[in-house]
Amino acid sequence: MAKRSIVPFGPQHPVLPEPIHLDLVLEDETVVEAIPSIGFIHRGLEKLVEKKDFKQYVYIAERVCGICSCGHGMGYCEAVEHVMGIEVPRRAAYLRTIWMEMSRVHSHLLWLGLLADAMGFESLFMEAWRQREEILNLFDLTTGGRIIFSVNCVGGVLKDMDSGMLRAVADTAERLEREIAPLTKTFLKEYTVQSRLKELGVLSREQALLAGAVGPMLRASGEAYDVRMLGYSAYQELHVEPVVRREGDSYARCEVRLEELAQSLRLIREAVSKIPEGPIAEPVKGNPGGEYFMRIEQPRGEAIYYVKGNGTKNLERFRLRTPTTSNIPPMVDLLKGCQLADVPLLVLTIDPCISCTER
Amino acid sequence: MDLDKVKVFVYARAALKNLVSKPATVDYPAKPAEFPERMRGHIEISPWNCIGCGMCMRSCPPGAIRVDRAADTWSIERFDCVQCGSCVNVCPKKCLSLVSGYTAPGEKKRLETVMIPAKKVPPRPAAKPQDV
Amino acid sequence: MDDKNEIRQIPMEDFFTEVIRMKMDGWRLVQICAVRVPVGYELSYSFCRDYRMLTLRLHSGLDEEVSSITQIYPCAFIQENEAAELFGVPIRNLNLDYHHRLYRIDRETPFKEKG
Repeated sequence: MAKRSIVPFGPQHPVLPEPIHLDLVLEDETVVEAIPSIGFIHRGLEKLVEKKDFKQYVYIAERVCGICSCGHGMGYCEAVEHVMGIEVPRRAAYLRTIWMEMSRVHSHLLWLGLLADAMGFESLFMEAWRQREEILNLFDLTTGGRIIFSVNCVGGVLKDMDSGMLRAVADTAERLEREIAPLTKTFLKEYTVQSRLKELGVLSREQALLAGAVGPMLRASGEAYDVRMLGYSAYQELHVEPVVRREGDSYARCEVRLEELAQSLRLIREAVSKIPEGPIAEPVKGNPGGEYFMRIEQPRGEAIYYVKGNGTKNLERFRLRTPTTSNIPPMVDLLKGCQLADVPLLVLTIDPCISCTER
Repeated sequence: MDLDKVKVFVYARAALKNLVSKPATVDYPAKPAEFPERMRGHIEISPWNCIGCGMCMRSCPPGAIRVDRAADTWSIERFDCVQCGSCVNVCPKKCLSLVSGYTAPGEKKRLETVMIPAKKVPPRPAAKPQDV
Repeated sequence: MDDKNEIRQIPMEDFFTEVIRMKMDGWRLVQICAVRVPVGYELSYSFCRDYRMLTLRLHSGLDEEVSSITQIYPCAFIQENEAAELFGVPIRNLNLDYHHRLYRIDRETPFKEKG
């Protein structure tokens, strides 16, 4: 048996701006075991729900993470609305859906850029992030923030989009659909990308289910599970179809995200064309009492928002199970048996968001 | 790996195009940054409308706003403010607004205080003497 | 589509057998949540199969040990460690026990007491 050595990875690593630490047990160049450790940025935001008003907490839920911000605010609001039995106006549901899908586009483009960067394909990274900038400008125009939107509130949304903004959204989505074509082609066909991703970190369907993988990770392994199919917000009126691949390798995960990107752009245009007129928020009376588990599909996968109210203005408990929490165990499975040089890329393929995970 | 599906220089065309086209970034200090109308930059108050009710203070998630009714002041801790707009939404007099332009960085946290005119909350109408 | 979202109360004695049954039936573990209630803890273990969600609800006393489910679902380790560390739920036989070192925080079990 070769001599074993332990190599620490992270919390600061050139490939990943996320503070995750791994202890990699190596035999020569092969990883035999990986022990993840997080906890560098725990902020205890879940506890804060006991001190803040439940309406105020939306702003805190949004600030759990920068990339999934819109989804966190929306997931929290939907959970509270379920507890209180509030029906959100249709226009508000559509607006939430549009913002959510825009978030997905921006998150996936971010990930694609990071992936290209991890492979050393700098110009592709720049290209992905340039496209992402279009979406960020759109956020700036419609919500007033590039990353954190503060548009969700319990009972609906705070800001409406006028027809000019809706047209800008649809136009940008259409233009992006055209402009990401060279990007998609490069990711799918280019030799550099293929030689780096194909047959790397294969996760079978059984493994993925057992390890609790979610989101693109699970769908790349052949399980058609996309929470948007539950039809929360406006999704029941849109054509959502889970994007599935069977191979389960890193290339399949990249393919799934690329296809979801195109799907999201299509969904944005569909939602803009179907958006009804009407009010954007329902007045909220009383305080939440009861509990609910809300599931929504974040760009990174399924997130669960648990809300328990006790009839006062402060909630008893808010729990947020983020996609990365679920994706760390399958990531550890992937790392076993891989080469040391592939570790950064494999960690990246789960699209980790540690600041979400630690809240 | 399926070698017949693999191509090289797929990105070459886009790369060459990028090489000769204009930069995607803005030439910032030379050209000013453009902010859209809805931009959440910082909070501003028009003190003459303020009635000092304190709704903004109670709704502020980070607790950056302080309203002192005794001293007739409204103050904001600029560096604690997270630009969420919660105070703007609850203000009954609509005297708060989120305007574009970020708070300039500084070495210390700073508290900005604005005098608000003495209470304009109309005194409650005197109870009518009830007919017996 | 079957998208029921149900919460089922179970007594402590049946907990382990129930979790094994869930695994045999092909449910995947999606979430573990601890809530502090006046007499102890309320633990929720959520499982999903297709789009259906089922939550097993368990009540435990403040010092009552709860057996870990990492023997059945190895992926539970992060969330069980989290419950142990933030709420102080005494969890027995954790497969990968961080011994309150998952989060680098100053206070022990900060979520245990209200307020």
